[in-house]
Amino acid sequence: MHETQYKLVRCTINGKKTETMVDVRASLTDMLRNDYRLTSVKKGCEVGECGACNVLIDGECFNSCIYLAVWADGKEIRTLESLLGPNGELSDIQQAFIDETAIQCGFCTPGFIMTAVEILESGKLYTRDELRKLLSGHLCRCTGYENILNAVEKTMKRRLGVAVEK
Amino acid sequence: MYDIKALYEAKSVPDAIELLLAHPQARIIAGGSDVLVQMREGKLAGSELVSIYGLDELRGIKLEDDGTIRIGSLTSFSHITKNRIIQQYINVLGEAVDMVGGPQIRNIGTIGGNTCNGVTSADSASTLFAWDAVIEITGPDGVRLVPIQEFYIKAGVVDLRPGELQTAILIRQDSYAGYQGHYIKYAMRNAMDIATTGCSVNVKLSPDKTTILDARIAYGVAGPVPMRAHSAESAVRGCAVSEETVDAFGKAALNDVNPRTSWRASREFRLQLVEELAKRALAESIRLSGGTI
Repeated sequence: MHETQYKLVRCTINGKKTETMVDVRASLTDMLRNDYRLTSVKKGCEVGECGACNVLIDGECFNSCIYLAVWADGKEIRTLESLLGPNGELSDIQQAFIDETAIQCGFCTPGFIMTAVEILESGKLYTRDELRKLLSGHLCRCTGYENILNAVEKTMKRRLGVAVEK
Repeated sequence: MYDIKALYEAKSVPDAIELLLAHPQARIIAGGSDVLVQMREGKLAGSELVSIYGLDELRGIKLEDDGTIRIGSLTSFSHITKNRIIQQYINVLGEAVDMVGGPQIRNIGTIGGNTCNGVTSADSASTLFAWDAVIEITGPDGVRLVPIQEFYIKAGVVDLRPGELQTAILIRQDSYAGYQGHYIKYAMRNAMDIATTGCSVNVKLSPDKTTILDARIAYGVAGPVPMRAHSAESAVRGCAVSEETVDAFGKAALNDVNPRTSWRASREFRLQLVEELAKRALAESIRLSGGTI
């Protein structure tokens, strides 16, 4: 009989210090969804192709489905839930996804938004082509990507105080 | 949940060697973007894993005293692209690994994993072949250095003996000083795709930029493992920078390659790519070196 192997994983999730015993076979998606109920982290392809499970680890984007939960020990993890204000207010980038109709079914949205967060926090002004490349690790089967690009581009320009075309 | 039989997390390189010797059936997992996917597919299901992901000592890029560029095996693709040493001396390597998968894959994928899986399509491999990279392997008997051409044994098999792991990739000053290079990945999509064929070329021009002193070319997916095209190199070494030289380069490359028909593309199409990509990558390398055709 196989004996389950556990490991204590201590990490910071959305600004809160946490610890839990995880099965070493778990992906970070498994841990975030099952142990912490952070269900913005979606299970999509589960082989690192679609980006639905994307989260920020120490400021960089990772597909949490192909990241072992045990590797999260000592790391700082952020999910979409961290973007909400104290009373559940949406952040500018989330609102922009609504305003630009960058959402249809919504399954890819949390992943896209977390990549957008990394882009926005870099403080750089990217061209449309650069944004297209930076967002290329996500699949969306509804929107055709243009509105998503609009939402990220407009939020980037607003944050940098650059004129936004109507 | 992954179908992992047992996971051993290495605390240091010597610890990794011990774990590998104690568990000879175990696979090394670095970033996991190949191993975990193959586990999901069932190919590696039920494996024991030795994780080296936590070994920060294997991350980072250094310029050593003798001018050797040392890339730690766990350095991620995105960190290679952003690194100043790479940008200054072998920018083409940063460009090549910036074409792997998508942004999240480039954050988790490591150059060591990309070369140790022995796959011909690895975007880093052709450029490393073309720059005469040397693989540093650490094992129970210490460190040994192997030229990358000898590191690849056959498709999916590299020269790693029991208890050994790749710890760095080295590029010597002789191999990069004065050279400029260009990599072309031909694939069906611009992101999240595997190269149909990839071609990396670099050249060293004479001081007056009219003669090719040296040219090196390597391919991914032109054979079972990444490969150099030595006929092409000797066809243009010492030749004048001209359109004829560029054409001869592409033609000669056909003597060295042996692509196959796969579901991605036919042999015939790949042969056309071999010739055309060689020409374009050489022309761009010449342009980057300050030459005009």
